[in-house]
Amino acid sequence: MDQVVLRGVTKRFATKTLGDIVAVDSFTFSVREGECFSFLGPSGCGKSTTLRMIAGFEDLSEGEIELCGRPVSVKSKNLYVPPEERGLGMVFQAFAVWPHMNVFENVAFPLRIQKMNRADIDRKVADALAHTSLTGLENSYPSDLSGGQQQRIALARAIVTRPKVMLLDEPLSNLDPKLRESMRFEIKELQRKFNFTIIFVTHDQSEAMAISDRMMVCDMGRIMQIDTPENLYNNPVNRFVHSFLGESTFLNVVVRDGQAYAEGDLDHPLGLAVPADAAGRMVVATRPNAIELSGGSDGYQTHVEKRIFLTDRTEYLIPVGSQTLKVQTPHRVFFSQGEKCAVRLAAPVWYPADDEAAEKERLRRQLL
Amino acid sequence: MSLGLRKNKDLAALDGRRFSLDGAMTLLSFALLLVIVVIPIFMIVYHAFFYQGRFDPSLFTSQLFSPKTLGSMWNTVKIAFWVTLFGTVMGVFYAWLLGRSDIPAKGLMRALFSIPYMFPPFLGAMAWDLLLNGRSGYLNRWLVRTFGLAGAPFNINSVWGIVFVEISYYFPFVFMQVVSALERMDPTLEECARIAGARQMTVIRKITLPLVLPAISAGALLILISSLAHFGVPSILGFSQGIFTLPTQIFDTIQRAEGSFEGIRQGAALSILLVAVVSAALIVQKKVLSAGSYDIIKGKSMRPTLIKLRSSKIPLLILAVATLIMIVVVPLVMIFLVGLVKAYGLPLIPKNFTLNNYVKVFSASGTFASIKNSLFASSTAGVVCMFLGTLIAYVVQKIRPRGRGALEVLSVLPYSIPGTVLAVGVILAWSGSLGGISLYNTIWIILVAYLARYLSFSMKSSSAALLQVHPSLEEAARACGASHTESLKDVTLPLIRPAMVAGFFLIFLPAMREVTTSVLLYGPYTRTLGVQIYSLRDAGMMPQAAALGSVAILLIIICNTVVTYLTRDRKGV
Repeated sequence: MDQVVLRGVTKRFATKTLGDIVAVDSFTFSVREGECFSFLGPSGCGKSTTLRMIAGFEDLSEGEIELCGRPVSVKSKNLYVPPEERGLGMVFQAFAVWPHMNVFENVAFPLRIQKMNRADIDRKVADALAHTSLTGLENSYPSDLSGGQQQRIALARAIVTRPKVMLLDEPLSNLDPKLRESMRFEIKELQRKFNFTIIFVTHDQSEAMAISDRMMVCDMGRIMQIDTPENLYNNPVNRFVHSFLGESTFLNVVVRDGQAYAEGDLDHPLGLAVPADAAGRMVVATRPNAIELSGGSDGYQTHVEKRIFLTDRTEYLIPVGSQTLKVQTPHRVFFSQGEKCAVRLAAPVWYPADDEAAEKERLRRQLL
Repeated sequence: MSLGLRKNKDLAALDGRRFSLDGAMTLLSFALLLVIVVIPIFMIVYHAFFYQGRFDPSLFTSQLFSPKTLGSMWNTVKIAFWVTLFGTVMGVFYAWLLGRSDIPAKGLMRALFSIPYMFPPFLGAMAWDLLLNGRSGYLNRWLVRTFGLAGAPFNINSVWGIVFVEISYYFPFVFMQVVSALERMDPTLEECARIAGARQMTVIRKITLPLVLPAISAGALLILISSLAHFGVPSILGFSQGIFTLPTQIFDTIQRAEGSFEGIRQGAALSILLVAVVSAALIVQKKVLSAGSYDIIKGKSMRPTLIKLRSSKIPLLILAVATLIMIVVVPLVMIFLVGLVKAYGLPLIPKNFTLNNYVKVFSASGTFASIKNSLFASSTAGVVCMFLGTLIAYVVQKIRPRGRGALEVLSVLPYSIPGTVLAVGVILAWSGSLGGISLYNTIWIILVAYLARYLSFSMKSSSAALLQVHPSLEEAARACGASHTESLKDVTLPLIRPAMVAGFFLIFLPAMREVTTSVLLYGPYTRTLGVQIYSLRDAGMMPQAAALGSVAILLIIICNTVVTYLTRDRKGV
């Protein structure tokens, strides 16, 4: 069953400097029950605004939102359910634990609002604290606790009412890297136990990859692609998604007579399998660790321009035509600076050459 | 070690030299504070309890238990209590309205709300007296005529009148504090409560209010202390009806004694009482403030969700605008109009208007002298305090000698001492009893009082700036070959110059409209602007007092505009 459904959700802001901005441009997607769904994108891509519309903190300019089969925001009918009646759990980036309440009071707050009786409150809070390893800290105040513990309070407060849908707004970005990883694991554990649906907002691609069942990549207020982490990484629909997830290296190529040539060297073909629909100027995208470097005659002949020893891999800068290709190999593949070598792109993805230029122009118009 | 807290080594002392700049500055700071602050305070205590060199508390006890003193004390506390209560409620309400709701015209209203800050309260009291005086107030007479009432419906010359006028000048203390707290507050703290199922009203009650409580109590206690020590409003509105507060009773006692020593001693005894009352309030403040100070400021700045007022938007806008008109516009207009009228009591219609009052005021010899005196005392106090405050701030923040705590306390102490008390101390100290130095009836005694009263302003301003100057900056200058003096002159001082300039204006502006201390210290030729207005009114020359009041307001507005203009680009140390 689809638990969160957005249909044509659009948000426009009026700004002083740029005029009207479309912060969210007709988002349509649904999140399934028990799924962990990430919104991923650079800042200003509309991911937080979308989350805030789902939570009910922002009005929609157009479109409608359904939660658990119940319409909560329908612009055409002027229907709007306030945040407190949406039955959600939410964790914020800045933790947002109330400094004037101790741990117990923070976690008990949602239950007290529901006018639950004392015994039930005590039981449920104890349970939530146990699940977030906070037992024993009931009487501490947030200011005496570490960032990780504060975020656990926020988590406990969010799960204490057993919501069906949990909204996480960059909940890990204020934590140090080690803590981040263990919290990520804890969140997945909690989800497994209570089977809630997670919508997770982040700008950190590795975090999103690790936690999500599916992710939505967006940029400048538009959805770019929605898919599983593997598919997003292996088959990005455009250059933006490719470069946003993992490291990328791009080559401008020209296709002629079924062969691809690097720009700046139209005499030696790259030896790529050219897709049937490729013609004229194209962009070939690949990952630096998916390029084979060899001493043989198989592949494009060139040399090593620069060799950089990194702790867990070696990086080579290889001139290809008038461009430079970044290649990462294990340490055992060794070429010295200036040595001749051959490169072969293992699994390249093809994009039209004007992809980026057109993109930029269209988004610029959107901004003005 | 954290930024700015590193102690600057006294390199000259390490070198074995006897004389060092650091040592000299430390010594000078202590000496200056001794003369400016310690001596006047000591003189009050001494004269209240000692007579002809012997301990003699009889004067103190007789003053304490006289029915008049008890009445004044009761009035002081009663007025301060109601002013604090109503002022706080009003301040919080308007802070919320402007900080969290979608009421229109916020910028304009904020600017207007800050006007009571620069408008001297005693002028406001004068204006309200002209309007609502029990016998002759314009509004009262109009109401009696129009509705055929038997007697005046309002009487501003009462405890409640004093409370009303003081509220309109003191509620901005709470308003400003709370508005800034609301603005710095992380909005997700409130959003979280919505998600947890709380309604808007519950969020305000359980989250927003408790979180801004420290700001509310800080503002409330500022009101309480200011009101306890306040002289202008109760003296203008209360004297005619025999309503006294402690500050006005001190003034009255000394005035009646016509400079006799006995009267000043009685004033000293009353001063001790007033200080005791204010200290009690300060202790409460310490207690309340240490109880809750939360970190509600978080990095990610996001527009707070504004609460839609919907149908109550227009009524609330009307209420807010009406309040502003009443507390800002009405007194101003009143002062200007009465300044134009031929004789007090004539209807305020163009036929009765004349510029004669201005001519009279300015042809009187005292007026120009008073403006000159005020300008001299205020700007001198501003400049001297600017340097002294910076000197003490440097000693406290950078040299950090033994006893810096005492130094800090001493420089801020006069701020919590009522101006009236300070004036009594200055009279006792500088009218010949110490080494035969008598400054009485000269402008210098007013200047000495201003120095003590305003030193903490510039010291705080420079202190904050010095904390931002990392010791390594001065050390780098030393490493480049500059002497201690040169590194101070070329590195530290230029860096804190904006704060010093700000410190000057923080002193100059309030000193220009000062009346509380000057009214006790002025001599025949040393009236200040405030005193001159006060005396004109005291002598029954209402239109002339109002005319000079208008001039004062214009002066203040001009000075403020110049300051805003000058300090606009000087932000950022």
